[in-house]
Amino acid sequence: MPLPKPHGGRLVNRTLSCERREAAEKEAKELPRLKLREELLSDLRNIAHGIYSPLEGFLCQDDFENVLFEKRLADDTPWTIPIILDISHEERERLELQEGDTLTLCDGSGREIALMHVESIYSYNKEEFAEKVFLTTDKAHPGVAKVYELGELLLGGEIEMFGEVEPPFSRFYLRPVETRVLFKERGWRTVAGFQTRNVPHLGHEYVQKTALTFVDGIFINPVIGKKKSGDFKDEVILAAYETLLCNYYLKENAVMSILPMEMRYAGPREAIHHAIIRKNFGCTHFIVGRDHAGVGSYYSPYAAQEIFSEFPDLGIVPVFFKSFFYCRKCMTVVNEKICPHGEEFRISFSGTKIREMLLRGEVPPPEIMRPEVAEVVKRWENPFVS
Amino acid sequence: MGEEKEEKFKTITIPASLFKKIEERIKGTEFTSVASYVTYVLREVVEEEEEEVPFSEEDEEKVKERLKALGYLD
Ligand SMILES: [Zn+2]
Repeated sequence: MPLPKPHGGRLVNRTLSCERREAAEKEAKELPRLKLREELLSDLRNIAHGIYSPLEGFLCQDDFENVLFEKRLADDTPWTIPIILDISHEERERLELQEGDTLTLCDGSGREIALMHVESIYSYNKEEFAEKVFLTTDKAHPGVAKVYELGELLLGGEIEMFGEVEPPFSRFYLRPVETRVLFKERGWRTVAGFQTRNVPHLGHEYVQKTALTFVDGIFINPVIGKKKSGDFKDEVILAAYETLLCNYYLKENAVMSILPMEMRYAGPREAIHHAIIRKNFGCTHFIVGRDHAGVGSYYSPYAAQEIFSEFPDLGIVPVFFKSFFYCRKCMTVVNEKICPHGEEFRISFSGTKIREMLLRGEVPPPEIMRPEVAEVVKRWENPFVS
Repeated sequence: MGEEKEEKFKTITIPASLFKKIEERIKGTEFTSVASYVTYVLREVVEEEEEEVPFSEEDEEKVKERLKALGYLD
């Protein structure tokens, strides 16, 4: 079994090289310019590097609407999260932008990064967007709040990247073309992708290792970038995983690299998005736990698993896990399926509980977190995004 | 949106007996229609036949060099 084909059949590469690059750089100087904020630069890079294959640009209106209502691109390829570029009416006027124009996309400092061929300029309904993608219009939801902050117009069209957008922690950043070579070199034929935005506790490790008993390799792929307050800081997550991998994993069957991308907290829809991305990296399997990509109590605990039944054509196998806990009687990490003992013996891996402990300056016990990992986290006075 | 969407889909005909067989086959599966099943199967076949984007030896070497430099490969 070879590694799966990228989503849509072909790995997208929208980075320019050699002569085309020089020409684009020159062209860019003459065109109207649009500065992108950090999250959009991440999306731009993810499109250019094929992480969002088969997307070749920001969504045009037909794709956007199809994603909203059908959870698929207009050509029926599964796609659940709109990858969009927003702009205000004022900005559009300033740029005198019309469909068919080409635009220069710049980073925050005004450096030219990419060209965008604007095929579609369209308005949209924010409430409808929130309701469809996040299943709520409650502005207390961090993803929904973000929708209400967007500009009133969306620009769709292909991009061509000629400048580098260096991701943070770039020594941990691999493109799909690189992970695919890496998996091949390791001799992996089956790879399980693991999404995370957390410092690993024993439950995470147990899930990964359970998957490792039936696949060749585990691909740990933390999301790095804008998160909500109370989430672990990126540098803490990376340091914790480095320590865990170094002490408790075999080098030949575990790989960690980062995914620079904003978390949207769209629960079920985001789980599908996360799976598609890992398929592009070359994973055959994708681990989905309890309340994947959820926030608060907006989604039922296993909604992010149930949604996979709508996508028999996804092209990556989801692996579902219930929550794990430590059982003092079993003296190991277990779940309801394998432990016959009562509640009184259980120590749960509640994120809230771990957070509170760390904030009080306590070290989580070894039944919850590896001592080496806890030691690393303790180096930060406040390991959380404020 | 409706009009544009129509352009993105074309009708093809298949033998009624095959249609019936497929209808039977997808019962109890996650496929909700014969069309979605047929699209899925055809897509798989077509993608299988498409040539991989040629990835020259040189490119692969460059990738391996970066992977080594970052400590991902020995
Ligand atoms: Zn037990």
